[in-house]
Amino acid sequence: MKVQSGLYYSEDHEWVRVEGNIAYIGVSDYAQHELGDIVYVELPDEDDEFEKGDSLGTIESVKAATDILMPISGRVIEINDELEDSPEKVNAEAYEAWLIKLEFTNEAELKDLMTAEKYEEFLKED
Amino acid sequence: MLESIGMKSMNDLFADIPEDFRLRRDLKLDLSMTEIEVDRLMKSLASKNMSTDDLTCFMGAGAYDHFIPTVVNHLAGRAEFFTAYTPYQPEISQGTLQSIFEYQSLICELTGMDVSNASVYDGAHAAAEAAMMTCAVKKRDKMLISMTVHPETRQVLKTYFKFRGIELIEVPMKDGETDYEKLKELTDKSIAGMLVQSPNFFGIIEDIARVSDLMKEHKALTVVSVDPISLAILEPPGKLGADIVIGEGQALGNDMALGGPYFGFMAVTNKLVRKIPGRICGQSVDEDGKRAFVLTLQAREQHIRRFKATSNICTNQGLMILKGAIYMNTLGKEGLKDVAMHSMQKAHYMQKILVEKGLAEPIFDKPYFKEFAVKFTKSVAEINEALLAEGILGGFDVNQVYPMPNTMLIAVTEKRTKSEMDNFANKLEVIV
Amino acid sequence: MKFYEKLIFEVSKSGRRACHLPELDVEALSLDDMIPKNYQRKEDAELPEVSEIDVVRHYTGISQKNYSIDGGFYPLGSCTMKYNPKVNEDAASNPGFKNLHPYQPEKTIQGALELMYELSDMLAEISGMDQVSLQPAAGAQGELTGLMLIKSYHENRNEHQRNKIIVPDSAHGTNPATAAVVGFEIVEISSDDKGNVDIEALRNAVGDDTAGLMLTNPSTLGLFEQNIGAIAEIVHDAGGLLYYDGANMNAIMGQCRPGDMGFDVMHYNLHKTFSTPHGGGGPGSGPVGVKDILVPFLPVPMISVDSDVYHLDYDKPLTIGKVKSFYGNFNILVRAYTYIKAMGYDGIKEASETAVLNANYLMHQMMEDYQIPEDMLCKHEFVAAGLKTAHEGVSTLDVAKRIIDYGYHPPTVYFPLIVHEALMIEPTETESMETLDDFAKVMKHIAHEAINEHDLLKNAPHRTPVRRIDEVRAARDLILKYKDSLKG
Repeated sequence: MKVQSGLYYSEDHEWVRVEGNIAYIGVSDYAQHELGDIVYVELPDEDDEFEKGDSLGTIESVKAATDILMPISGRVIEINDELEDSPEKVNAEAYEAWLIKLEFTNEAELKDLMTAEKYEEFLKED
Repeated sequence: MLESIGMKSMNDLFADIPEDFRLRRDLKLDLSMTEIEVDRLMKSLASKNMSTDDLTCFMGAGAYDHFIPTVVNHLAGRAEFFTAYTPYQPEISQGTLQSIFEYQSLICELTGMDVSNASVYDGAHAAAEAAMMTCAVKKRDKMLISMTVHPETRQVLKTYFKFRGIELIEVPMKDGETDYEKLKELTDKSIAGMLVQSPNFFGIIEDIARVSDLMKEHKALTVVSVDPISLAILEPPGKLGADIVIGEGQALGNDMALGGPYFGFMAVTNKLVRKIPGRICGQSVDEDGKRAFVLTLQAREQHIRRFKATSNICTNQGLMILKGAIYMNTLGKEGLKDVAMHSMQKAHYMQKILVEKGLAEPIFDKPYFKEFAVKFTKSVAEINEALLAEGILGGFDVNQVYPMPNTMLIAVTEKRTKSEMDNFANKLEVIV
Repeated sequence: MKFYEKLIFEVSKSGRRACHLPELDVEALSLDDMIPKNYQRKEDAELPEVSEIDVVRHYTGISQKNYSIDGGFYPLGSCTMKYNPKVNEDAASNPGFKNLHPYQPEKTIQGALELMYELSDMLAEISGMDQVSLQPAAGAQGELTGLMLIKSYHENRNEHQRNKIIVPDSAHGTNPATAAVVGFEIVEISSDDKGNVDIEALRNAVGDDTAGLMLTNPSTLGLFEQNIGAIAEIVHDAGGLLYYDGANMNAIMGQCRPGDMGFDVMHYNLHKTFSTPHGGGGPGSGPVGVKDILVPFLPVPMISVDSDVYHLDYDKPLTIGKVKSFYGNFNILVRAYTYIKAMGYDGIKEASETAVLNANYLMHQMMEDYQIPEDMLCKHEFVAAGLKTAHEGVSTLDVAKRIIDYGYHPPTVYFPLIVHEALMIEPTETESMETLDDFAKVMKHIAHEAINEHDLLKNAPHRTPVRRIDEVRAARDLILKYKDSLKG
């Protein structure tokens, strides 16, 4: 299971890449593997605002459909509409296929997330 | 057999049931019967009923005496369809799956929508599912429904909504149609959508385009409940801005059977495809590249999403939609138009002679399909009692569900002949 | 023999007709005189145009690609695929039942009302309940009704805080889905390693916010929940009610009754236990049985009788209302009634005994090659956790596909979720020993193939009209109607 360094991770297997006060959010390699072939990604609209823990959308595979939970709070600036026609990109390159670009509102929430090393350990426990 | 598994008696098989709960007496049922005896019993029970073989049917109100071509039952009765179950193993269920795919295609054609599911329990259930779906999609908790929607549908919706914390607001009727002015007053951004029926309970064709325009202004959804037969000659809701089209499918090749089993159809726009409840069949290919059909989008359903499912439905109305599809294919493009036309023409003839002979007054002056409401000078109960003695099943007593005394809702299908209709009028002349 | 390959739209040819109506015998008005132009259909619905023989060949042709109970053994666990007696069909196709309009006056449907009244009584007797409503259209709707009854009961006693339904993790998916539809929160409790309710977990989960517990007994693992007495006590003491999912009734009829075990409300699956036909996915019928405490809340109408005259009774001030239009799936009720009358008290008991015997017999024959706990006494079905030994990568799915090559319908797979690589097998009572022996032989053969010739499983099925369908593509590139397939 690939764990990319330099990213933050949540217990629900989302990753966060921070660039200033912007964050990109995606799902980890472990998540895409568990889901199997992804057939559809449901994303929110631009300008939608969410609190940490809210569901921002769903990822659907043939055998499961799972909510994507906000690892941090913020406002959606952009969604990755490539995924509408090519949801399989999430399987192919989980760390390239970002779901939403976020202007996050509470920097302190990043502290509650795991580093790449901690996430790797977390996966081993599972 | 018992020996081979190390047991001595049938009793041992149930040793795991605590003695406190073991039933130590026979069930209080009758003794078993042979086929001859069962046959005799069932025939005797059936003979205590008067069917539409014995009575000329002018009753509608949600269940219709339409002609069912004989091939429908012959083909649907084939054991390969009848005694198969849900197509969980698609390789050995292509018969069922293909018939579902064709059914979905036919419903989309009739309704003008993009996607149909493989049915829900009946028209009322379809309304409940559509309303719940509308509120979930819009994330609003108020739903409008016209008073001209079938009373049983509204009752079922009320029951479903009572426990969901969703408010159901009834829009009054005016002159037999949804009161558009009141609808405008009641519509705002807190409304998830509006459910309208056309032809409505009174047989009157409603202005769907006007309703859907209003809903779009407020970013709400339009749900339309339809008579599928009528769509052969009426503009389909899909072309009039509907987001969800539902209805009772009984008129498509299914017996009236005292209210069930029927089927509810549901069709939506592409935008809503992942929110629609129920099974859906899709086309794909197999390992060898051959066209193949399979249940798809199952991630929405209860067996995967469990409490996050779009609905709790599992079993559908498989046999009923098979009959519906065979019916639509047998009548075909021209045949279904004829059924619709004949029903409409005959209904108009029926109203005409009732009015011409001064037997009844029309209540509403609006375009109607195969049903209409007229007012008599006596109570409908009295009239129907007398008609029954003449072998006629009169229309529905509207006063049972709306405050409209002496008002009868009469339905006429393509099966009614001129002489049956003239006879109906003649018998009424004596009664009123 | 060649399989039939066409869609009805591909058979369609302009101008063909299967069906004509007699000439219109009344004067035809012009369409414009009857309805405004903007209500008229502008473009015809493109329904097929075929002749009658086309329709017959079409459906006959595609039917040949279907497996069915009449065709062979169908051990689909949890579905009770027993033989559907033809005499049921004779009853249901009697015009005296099928040609009844639901709004006909009561005096013209006394036979139908008598049937429903007696059926309610018989179902109540079989399950130990006090009254039965025949209205719900299927099991899931029966569950819905049952949970609505529970909610009404608590609200009527002003216990509005009771908003949680407890469900074991082995439960059928409809259970938690239904609870959500009724606005309950779900509390899932774990099962022990036997697949039974973990009593300690239950004790910790109940409280004054407990509305009830949903359970099936035997469980979805086919095992009888022996602690049912304790379970009932724990839930009742906490003020909750007990709901019985009747999907597994076939295991216990005549042996014990949910009503005697402490259940307050239950649903029946007539299309499982009571032999009504499966029809390619439905229709079902899910009557609901209740104890006296819940009777006031039952849906209307109920059937009542007064000096041998039957009535539809709407006088129920506390009713939850209606869950279905009209009275229920009447013509399915007719079949269930016919079945119970034909079987009698002796046949009903024998059905369950034989169902349990057949399941245990088959289970013992499969124990050597499949992961089944030794010394297990199952009820009408059993769950194997896949093969005991297999070449790497051979899964329960492969086993299922290979069973098809031997001419049988596979068992239920990957349910319940708590068993890894689950195979759930329910033979039912209508199968002979010879059939079971043959199936057991096939399963043994496949188990050996799984070790030595695993490709046969991985590439199965080999002789069906289609093989291993691409389900990912079906969900990604949606083709859900004929016109979708015509797009580029």
